[in-house]
Amino acid sequence: MLVLLTGIFVSLLLGSQLSLKKFGFAFLIGTEWDPIAQDFGALPFLVGTLLTSFLAIAISVPFSMAIALSLGEYFRKGVLSSVLRSMIELLAGIPSVIYGFWALFFLVPIVRSMQMQLDVPPYGVGILTASIILAIMVVPYSASVAREVIAMVPSSLKEAAYSVGATRFEVIAHVVFPYARSGIIAGILLSLGRALGETMAVTMVIGNTNALPTGIFSPGNTMASIIANEFTEATEEVYLSALLEIGLVLFVVSMIINIAGKVIIQRLDRSHRTSKK
Amino acid sequence: MSRTAARKLWDKVFVSAVLLLSVASIIPLFLIFFHIFREGFGSISPGFFVNLPRPVGESGGGIANALVGSGLLVLVACIMALPLGIAVGVFLAESRSNLFSTSVRLSMEVLQGMPSIVIGIIAYVWVVKPMGTFSALSGSVALAIMMLPVVVRTTEETLRLVPQSLKQVSLALGAPYYLTVLRVVLPAGISGIVTGILISVARIAGETAPLLFTAFGNPFMSANLLKPVNSLPLIIFNYAISPYDDWHALAWGASFVLVALVLALNLLSKIISQRFRVEF
Repeated sequence: MLVLLTGIFVSLLLGSQLSLKKFGFAFLIGTEWDPIAQDFGALPFLVGTLLTSFLAIAISVPFSMAIALSLGEYFRKGVLSSVLRSMIELLAGIPSVIYGFWALFFLVPIVRSMQMQLDVPPYGVGILTASIILAIMVVPYSASVAREVIAMVPSSLKEAAYSVGATRFEVIAHVVFPYARSGIIAGILLSLGRALGETMAVTMVIGNTNALPTGIFSPGNTMASIIANEFTEATEEVYLSALLEIGLVLFVVSMIINIAGKVIIQRLDRSHRTSKK
Repeated sequence: MSRTAARKLWDKVFVSAVLLLSVASIIPLFLIFFHIFREGFGSISPGFFVNLPRPVGESGGGIANALVGSGLLVLVACIMALPLGIAVGVFLAESRSNLFSTSVRLSMEVLQGMPSIVIGIIAYVWVVKPMGTFSALSGSVALAIMMLPVVVRTTEETLRLVPQSLKQVSLALGAPYYLTVLRVVLPAGISGIVTGILISVARIAGETAPLLFTAFGNPFMSANLLKPVNSLPLIIFNYAISPYDDWHALAWGASFVLVALVLALNLLSKIISQRFRVEF
């Protein structure tokens, strides 16, 4: 396993050497992506990825927290909770290409008519559409981690709050959330990792333009979608190498986010175990 | 309104909001199912499963090559990933926690969170480039890397439930360690391992990104490991972004088949894990 992971890293590093040497740090801040002039800067895709991912997280958090509260606090057992839980699992199981296909035919027209009313260019596709579909896709991930930590909150703490007259909302706001905070953050980090690397659904609805996005309605490209779109067209060494470097950036970023999430969860597990003893 | 009444009211409002948002987040699920059923069910016919895709303007095309290709990709990926994955899972479950096992586990988790497109790049660099051609084999390598973490984790989690006493009995009877693992530990956890395999197959059956520049897609029937093949997710992607209504209809039909397949696998794994629960 270690060998596999190191191998992946080394291969990406070797493959992107050409572009690393040629563009250096300017690769990350250059805005020009011109395969014909062989001039490559990845800033539009970095911005595209960050915009879509964070927007998606912002949209999804209220929903995933609501699910986590429903399943972890309000309805721990019973028909409603098991139905809701299996629905969420199904949502996580749908292949991303299906999400993309569905978004292309049903989300894009909705966004387009919204744009017409707002009097912005009605592309339909773009950053916002990609963020919405991403939000739908990542809800199950942050919800399941948050549910687990919310269900872990010791009932003695909650009962103490009830005994001094707190309402259920106050218990949730002042006891449950503070106690479960780091776990909730870990769950959000994990879903952020998902959103950053998600390829198919985003590729299908983001509009695929290589310019820096100017707003949430403008079409763009993410790191993952530019690789998906142009990898098979990359005939020159430098072009391929530049795409590999984007892959390398994606690899490193998702590794950092995943490890951070895991570390938080592990620390939480440990403190939970010691507090029980 | 008194302060208490206001607090109670706010409490009620909060519960309703939580419930409303929870229900709202599963609406997309129903919409997706509804649309796939409405658009896709019409394309399904016996011919859909045995014909090749037809050019635009001709009706009656099918997805036979994609079904064969997907089957081939998944099968070869399983052959590569299962022995390794189960072996690593056994190792992690049996070994005491030390630096080595911790780093193996961590790299497993990193691999699980790896964007699938990056795994596609790796399969391209490792297999497609040296071979000089897109091939089913390279697609299978990418899928095998994707399913590995799931197999390892479920194997490890299941085997940790097998009690020490069972192993001690076997060892006390004089069975060597490898036989104890093969004949006692693995059979005791077999249902959990099978569940893990089903889940991982469901996961890779719908993967598109790692196949874009490995298996690549192929409009003809092919079951040759060294040549490009089509697959269900690839055919959906390629036809979905095409401008032709005929092809969209085909893509909806293929989506219907893919979703049904993935759901069936998930359901099956759930039934197995509940019916044959690993319990001691």
